[in-house]
This record gives sequence, structure tokens and C-alpha cells, in this order.
Amino acid sequence: MLSLLITIPFFSILVFNMPFFGYLRRAITVWAYVLFCAQIALAIRLFSPVFLNDFISRGHLFNFNIALDNLSLIVILSSAIVLFVTLIISTYVIDSEKKRFNFVNLLLFAQSGLNGLALSRDMFSLYIFLEIVAITSYILIVFNKDIKALSAAFKYVILSTVASVLMVSSIALILLLSGDTKFSVIHTVISGQPTNFLIMFSVALFVCAAFIKAGVVPFHGWLPEVYSHSPAAVSVLFAGIISKALGIYTLMRVVNDVFGTNAKLNSALLFVGIVSIAVGALAALVQKDFKRMLGFSSISQIGYIILGLGCGSPLGFAGAAFHIFNHAIFKSLLFVNSAAIESRTRTTRMENLGGLSRVMPITGLTSVFGFVSAAGLPPLAGFWSKLLIVLALVVSGHLVYAILAIVLSALTLAYLLSMQRMVFFGKLNERFSGIKEADFGFSLSSIILAAIIIFTGLFYPFVLGKFILPLAGVFK
Amino acid sequence: MNLNIAILIILLMAALWATMTRSLLRAAIALALMSLVLTVIMFRLNSSLAAVFELSVCAGLIPVLFVSTISLTHPLTKEEVLQHMKDRIRRFWYLPFIIVAAGIALSLITVKLNIKLPPPEAVKSARAVLWNERPLYLAGQIIILLIGAFSVVILFKESGKDEH
Repeated sequence: MLSLLITIPFFSILVFNMPFFGYLRRAITVWAYVLFCAQIALAIRLFSPVFLNDFISRGHLFNFNIALDNLSLIVILSSAIVLFVTLIISTYVIDSEKKRFNFVNLLLFAQSGLNGLALSRDMFSLYIFLEIVAITSYILIVFNKDIKALSAAFKYVILSTVASVLMVSSIALILLLSGDTKFSVIHTVISGQPTNFLIMFSVALFVCAAFIKAGVVPFHGWLPEVYSHSPAAVSVLFAGIISKALGIYTLMRVVNDVFGTNAKLNSALLFVGIVSIAVGALAALVQKDFKRMLGFSSISQIGYIILGLGCGSPLGFAGAAFHIFNHAIFKSLLFVNSAAIESRTRTTRMENLGGLSRVMPITGLTSVFGFVSAAGLPPLAGFWSKLLIVLALVVSGHLVYAILAIVLSALTLAYLLSMQRMVFFGKLNERFSGIKEADFGFSLSSIILAAIIIFTGLFYPFVLGKFILPLAGVFK
Repeated sequence: MNLNIAILIILLMAALWATMTRSLLRAAIALALMSLVLTVIMFRLNSSLAAVFELSVCAGLIPVLFVSTISLTHPLTKEEVLQHMKDRIRRFWYLPFIIVAAGIALSLITVKLNIKLPPPEAVKSARAVLWNERPLYLAGQIIILLIGAFSVVILFKESGKDEH
């Protein structure tokens, strides 16, 4: 059954691209909506409060080595939500029908790849599905063939290839030592010889590769460029799920299932996490471009996730996974709003904007929810995940990191407040006095995402019991 | 001289030719040659399955793609090529020294690796490996190939129409 999550999107691409089925092409958008909604429903349905560890599926037709646990479900759920929102926006920002058809095809490829990434329990399959998502994302970035997007994509391709080489070398070394690529086999071999130089080396290679894919400081060169120059709908997808799934989910999955936590790795993760938070937040403070600022903000938020993982405790792990979900939602919301503003004003330079709340009330209001959640203010969703991470830091004895995380959270508030003030409050630029609220699709996606943020924040006890505590059970 | 060392030297020469030659076409051919030598090495290491794939994909399919792509471009003039070469030498003159220094350093340091290698696997047929043990790889690879074809269509087909 589980293999359907990978195969249905793939076979739908095949069917819709068949020659002589031209009349089917119009239906692909509707079909994609159905698939994404079904995935959201399935992920919520499957979330099990019982510690559902590695629910292994063995189909009859495809003998895939895949399994499902609550961490996979977080990725499956957030990717479906972000893909759904991206699809809504794409119908507004992509005008020609043929291009939209291609775009939806690429989204289905991304869905197939992301689901495969979430489900695979084998190093090499993990790598292959990671590449599927990465290749799809290269094409998505240059979808409009804009020269700036091409240069950003080139930078990303080069760095991402370096990451792939590191990852394959690491997998090859591990294969040499353990004779297999299955997580369970490698885990037994690695835990048997913790001081082996080659094992430590391959772990280091893999962690570095995941850092590059996630855009963590000091490997963040590509991230702001890609976020700010890719087409509006693609930035939502990228910021929401792609960089998180490729970098952070892979890291969490492999550290948890294969390498196992140890003190050295944890201290490295904590250090990189805190540096990422600080550098991302400081750089975001001085940005003049809305989308670029959100890109740096992503670097900073990724830092929190890595900090949670670095605690090496079930609580920190659950907090990190919960923050992946929250970040997917609030960052998508902020990028949807930036796309809405761009569609109306044709600019994302913050000094040219101002007072937009008056003409775009829904965008202005939902953006407040987005930034309050991102800054970690109670009672919205982002507060709870950051609270879990800080609590996990305190419990595991990293008091300094906990204090730093709280202090740097104030920086997040500072740059997001200044963004809100420059873009939405203050005096309205006369040039924009005639514009109207963004198209229905933008408002709808903003409202859906804001509603998820509010729901997750206000019904936290329910969310904690149904989603977050089961996540802690995944921790090994 | 040991045959392995001779093969490795040929591999190195082919790699150097691929990176140093001025013509893109020759670089593609040199790359194919390198893959061919790599195939021989893989056969000698008893991994015939990997060797077959290397021979068919890296030495066969990829050079065809490269050559067909290069044939679509128009070559630089001789002056431009010379200028390009001068620029490259000015920018990267220190690289050979670094490589030589790294080679000397690596030959001086002997890292003692404490590796416990697992017992070698029994030889299985390609069909059994691909279909019974690694079906997920196969599915993933097929998806990657499809994305590649799809992206070529998306990115290049329309721009071709614009030119005409």
C-alpha cells in the first residue's frame, strides 16, 4: 500500500503525457489537487498515538524496502500541504496553459520524490530520491528562464553536486564497511565499532552533505539567491519543504536510524545550529529585499531545528520535527504573501513598499500570523516548537545554548517586525494607492495556512498528544 | 611492470587529456576512454555488473549525449581559445603545485586503517539483484531518467521554437 505514495504520482505523469490523450491534459490540475488532498488526509489519518515504529510494508507487485513512522508522516503531511498551496498559486502566476501543465508535472515528480525520500529505509534509495527532488528543483528554479534565476540555479547545482559527491562517497565507505545499504544493517555495524576512523569520516562527509543541501551556515551561499530569484510559486515550495526535506529530514533520519547519537556529533550539531541562527538572523536584519530577507530567515530557522536534533534526546527530536512542520507552514505563508505583493506591485524591494495593509488587508493580516509564529511568540504554532527545543536544551544540560536561542529569537522578532512595518504599516506609497487585494487564490492559500498556524497554536494540547509525543517515540 | 599500475596510468592519462584538451569534442572522447579503462578495472575487480553498466552508460550513452550537444554549439575562434587558455593559466597557475604537494604529502603519510571488511557476497544474477533486492533503486532511477527527458523538453524545446 505504502508504495502507492511513490507510484501514483509517477504513473499519473505517464498517463497524462501519453500521446493521443491530449484532452486529458486539462484534467491534470484537478487530479493533482485530488492527490495532494488525499495525501494530507492520509497523513493525518495514519498519525498514530501508539508508537508506530517502522510500520513495514511489503506489497505484492513492488517489493520496495520502505517503511513508515511518524517522522516520515511529518514530511509527507507538510509536503502535501506546501504542494497544495504551490499548485493554487501556480494557477495565478503561470499564464500559459502549456507551461502550467509542465509545472504540474514537475510538482507530481516532486511529490513522488519527497514521498520516496520520506519512506525509504536504505541509504542508496534515500540518495536516489533526494536526487529526484533536487533535479526537479533545478528545473523549477529556471522555469521562467530568467537570467538571474539561471545564475542562482547554477550556483545551487554546483553546490548541490558537491553535496551529492560527498554523500555518495560516504555511502560507498559505509557499503565497504558493512556490506549493505539497509539502515538496520549499517546501524548494527556502526554501533559495534564506534571509534573506527573510516566510520567517523563517512559520518562527517554525510553530515556536511546534508548541511549543504539544507543551506546551513557556512554552506548557505546558494540559499538566499535561489529563494529570491526563483519564480514566486517555486519559492513557496522551496522554502516550505524542499530544502528542509533534502537537508534536515535526511540528516534527522540518518542520524537517528543509522549513525546513532553520540556526544561529538551532538556538540557539532549544536554549534552549527547556533551559528546558523545567529548569522541568518543578523544577515536578515540588513536585507532590503523582502524575499531575500525571508531566505536568510530560513537559514536562521533551520538552525533551531538542528539545535533540537543536537540535544540528542527524544524531546529535542520531537521539537525539531515539529519545527519542520511549523516552518513549512509559516514560511510558505510568508512567501505566499510576498508572491501576492509581487503580483500586485511588481517589486519586492522593501523601501519601495509601505502601508500595504490598507489596500491588501487579507495579505497584511495573515502576514502578522506568519511573522508572530516565526518569531516564536505565544500562542501561535512557532512558539510551541521553539519552546520544546529550548526545554530540550535545558533538560539535556545545554543551558548556554538555551539562553542564546532565546536571545537570538528576539533578533528574529526584530527583523520580522521591521519587515512588517516597512511593507504593511506606515504610509502608503502613492504609486500603489490604486491596487486591490491579491487574487482569490493567494488570499485563499494565506487563509488556509494562517488557519493551520492558529489551530496548531490554540489546540496545542490536542496536537501534542496526537502528533508530537508520538514523534518522540521515533527517537532511538 | 604490474598490469594494474599500467591500467591506472592509462586512466590518469585519459583523465588528464579530458581536462587539459582545448577542444570540447576531444574532451568528450577522452572521457569515454576514461570510462572504458574504468570498465576494465571493474572487470578485474570481479564486479562485472557495475562494469557492464559503466560500459553501456558512461562509455556509451553519455558521450553520445555530449557529442550531440556539442555538435549543436558553434566553436570558438582560435584567438578566443588562446585568450581563454591564457586567462585560465593566469587564474589557476597554482593548482598543479597543490596537486603535486598533496601527492607527496599523501605518499608520506601512511594512515593505518582498521577496517573489518564483511565477507564477499555470493555472485548473483543481475535480474535477481535488480528485481528482488533493489527494486526501489530501479524505480528511482527510472523516475530520474524521466525527469531528465522531461526537463530537456521543457527547457530546450520552446527556446528552439523561439529561434526559428
